[in-house]
Amino acid sequence: MNLQIDIKENTNENLVSLSGEIDVYTVPKLKEELLPLTEEQNKNIIVDLSGVHYIDSTGLGVFIGALKSADQSGSHLKITGVNSRVRRLFTITGLDEVIDIEVNEREEA
Amino acid sequence: MSTQADFIEIKLPAKPEYVGVVRLTVSGVANRLGYSYDDIEDIKIAVAEACTNVVNHAYKNTEDDQAVMTVGCGVYDDRMEIMVADQGKSFDVNQLKKNLGPVSGDQPVEELKEGGLGLFLIETLMDKVEISGDSGVVIVMTKSLHRDEVEPNGNGISTSATQQ
Repeated sequence: MNLQIDIKENTNENLVSLSGEIDVYTVPKLKEELLPLTEEQNKNIIVDLSGVHYIDSTGLGVFIGALKSADQSGSHLKITGVNSRVRRLFTITGLDEVIDIEVNEREEA
Repeated sequence: MSTQADFIEIKLPAKPEYVGVVRLTVSGVANRLGYSYDDIEDIKIAVAEACTNVVNHAYKNTEDDQAVMTVGCGVYDDRMEIMVADQGKSFDVNQLKKNLGPVSGDQPVEELKEGGLGLFLIETLMDKVEISGDSGVVIVMTKSLHRDEVEPNGNGISTSATQQ
């Protein structure tokens, strides 16, 4: 019942790897770590969710916040490694239409 | 046919760290009943959304450290009814429901709201949802159990559970 956040900062790309559960308990920590990265100018922020086995609206809210913030600072937010469960949530909430989501190809096959 | 067999109730502090405990407990009950993997995941999200509302609501409106959330599970032959209640002040349910809905791709990014998807998810993932806001808030969510997909001995193996 926890969330591991691993951040790799490169010159024009920030890679954020998450594993665990994203819920009301872990979201404050995620927000605190993710939002400052999206405030940097002209960067690619890639959030890898392949280790995430649970997410709910609190987590989706953080990604909406991150998208807005990235948009304002001319950066780009991309979400990768979503499994079919996580992708379903992005789909039914319509967030897949506004956030750049890379589908996990192994899951698709 | 659908006589009530069991009722499970837990009371917990309305704090973020206990939402995961509710999720585990309710998924344990659902698993015992033979719900498919996908149904259990849906139930977990719905119950967590309801608890998250209680936690956020309880925190916003009281200085009270003793705020409690109550989760009840009614177990029937053909469905599971989960109720989540808080003892706090009630909110305007109708006002809340007005803003319910998914995000639209046409919406400008700066207009997207970070909250408000919780109740929408509950209504989408569960089969029936009732909210009563008279004294405190009680949300009752029902998920139907489709026995046809389950092996007769109820070991929970169904076609939809084999994915992943």
